[in-house]
Amino acid sequence: MSQLKTSYEQDLSLAGTRSNVVWYGLLLASLLLVPLAFSEFYVGEMSFVLIYSIAGVGLMLLTGYTGLVSLGHAAFLGIGAYANAILLSRGVPFVLSLPLAGLISAAAGVAIGIPTLRMSGLYLAIATLAFGSIVVLVGEKWHGLTGGFDGLPVPTPSILGIAVEEPTGIYYLALAVLVFVLFVAMNILRTPLGRALVAIRDSEISAQSMGINLAFYKTVSFAISAGLTGLAGALFGHYVRHLAPDSFGILLSIQLVTIVFIGGLGSLHGAIFGAVFVALLPQAIALVRDDLPFGIGQLPGLEPSLFGLILVLVIMFEPTGIHGRWLKLKRYFLAFPLHQRTSFRRQKSYAKSERLR
Amino acid sequence: MDDVVRILQLVANGTAAGCIYGMVALGFVLIYKATEMVNFAQGELMMLGAFFAFTFIELWGLNYWLGFLLAIAATGAFGYLLDALVLRRVIGQPQFAVVMLTLGLAFIFRATAGAIWGYDAVGFTTPFTNQVANFGSGLVLGKDQVSIIVGTVILCGVLYLFFSRTRLGIAMQASSQNQLAAYYMGIPVRTVFSLIWAISAGVAAVAAVLLVPVQMIDVNMGLIGIKAFAAAVLGGFGSIPGALVGGVIVGIVEQLAGYYLPAGSMELTSNIVLLSVLIVRPQGLLGQTIRKRV
Repeated sequence: MSQLKTSYEQDLSLAGTRSNVVWYGLLLASLLLVPLAFSEFYVGEMSFVLIYSIAGVGLMLLTGYTGLVSLGHAAFLGIGAYANAILLSRGVPFVLSLPLAGLISAAAGVAIGIPTLRMSGLYLAIATLAFGSIVVLVGEKWHGLTGGFDGLPVPTPSILGIAVEEPTGIYYLALAVLVFVLFVAMNILRTPLGRALVAIRDSEISAQSMGINLAFYKTVSFAISAGLTGLAGALFGHYVRHLAPDSFGILLSIQLVTIVFIGGLGSLHGAIFGAVFVALLPQAIALVRDDLPFGIGQLPGLEPSLFGLILVLVIMFEPTGIHGRWLKLKRYFLAFPLHQRTSFRRQKSYAKSERLR
Repeated sequence: MDDVVRILQLVANGTAAGCIYGMVALGFVLIYKATEMVNFAQGELMMLGAFFAFTFIELWGLNYWLGFLLAIAATGAFGYLLDALVLRRVIGQPQFAVVMLTLGLAFIFRATAGAIWGYDAVGFTTPFTNQVANFGSGLVLGKDQVSIIVGTVILCGVLYLFFSRTRLGIAMQASSQNQLAAYYMGIPVRTVFSLIWAISAGVAAVAAVLLVPVQMIDVNMGLIGIKAFAAAVLGGFGSIPGALVGGVIVGIVEQLAGYYLPAGSMELTSNIVLLSVLIVRPQGLLGQTIRKRV
């Protein structure tokens, strides 16, 4: 697993080993070829996965690396989508409106983060829950800006005069943004900023004793996360092409958090795994819906309850998510047949009080 | 004169609604004080309580009071099992794991209730439905609202006596103040925690049954939980009287906003109250500032 490093370049390179470069290069190449090999429907589904991955990476920085849960991230997705659509329809070119959508989301993140992040992470969860429903309500009532319940059509974007058409254009666009976002995230994680975030996650008190300004770094993390989610939102707007405020409600927020929990907290791989899972689950349900016994497939609340059930099972039995399971599997085969059952035994944990009396 | 009566009327309506929020908030606070877990499925426990009562009273045709008691017992038992089978396993995991776990449970409860009782709103007749109590000088209250307020007061009295006078209640206080010391004193802390979950689910059931004359029962009635959050935060998360006071304040502010402010602001009120309390006075009205243990 580990390698002997012989030069500083190896330490600086993002990819790590040469075999990593080969494998990720192959992955990227095959992703580039997807629109040539598959029909429009699958390209559309793949773009959806990519868009969820971008949002997943954004939320992973917050939840997986800083240890804060946001239950209103769909609001940032919505803010990004609406900001992008409104800017485009006012004549702002797409190359500007996309980053602006991210910046506006980030600004909204700062606005909600500054007052709430001084307190424990619990308050952030509650505050973002409230923030999420406020944003949806405002979107519904502010007819002049958002079109309210009538929805808002999203103009077709164009880059340097070339229109980006559905679905292939959106696919490549989302892929490019995802690569950029991953590049940013990987770099953030190895700067002092990223180290500070991980330190805060592991112990706020020890991080503070090391001179980390908790409120500042939490706010920065929240802003970056909101900004990246806003980028995903802008692309999401182009994917659905018609925005409605109620589609950015609590259910979408829960889906986004499910991405990071199912994928595996604290790994960028996890964000991607989780996004693949969450984005494709509805399709998988639709495929098997008619074959399920006892009419289970016909129950109206099937999809949200399945999300709930999977979330509960993952938290109870595999807190490290898909990525953690994958690492265990890899370790098992690497060490075969010397695998030790105790390597991954979960340590007994005790309630840690956060109170002082 | 008219204005005074109208304001009194709004305040009374708000107090009744607020008592419901307060009771749900009480459930949050009881669990939070004892186990430091936040139960995002509290609203859904209330929804289940309402459906249990509907089953006993409307479907089985039992007497209202008997059905009321049975619903409390059934929801309480459900809360006990929920802690014993699910929540106890995640003790020691980070706080947000519990948040996500209870959110997941909320979705499961909602879908299960929909599968069992259907997605249509239902209700049943109570002794308080469509009865009016006249307080003179034009102030008219539904008996349903009076029953909510009186019920809340009785419930608080019972809980107060329970926590201050009974052995079990004092054991619960002890376990929530210092788990380790409670263990040393021979208190079965884990059972006590499950019992606290049971009480909190039972309180949710009381709120649900009292709410029935005012609001229909449906799968999404658990969304009241977000308003209860506002109540709990306003009262200072972790303060039992604070939860009730917060609930009443949120209820009254909501009624006044619904009357005096433009349409649509009523739904926003509780959220705005919640956010502004977090910004202005995060420890709430009655909460004490708590520093972290190093």
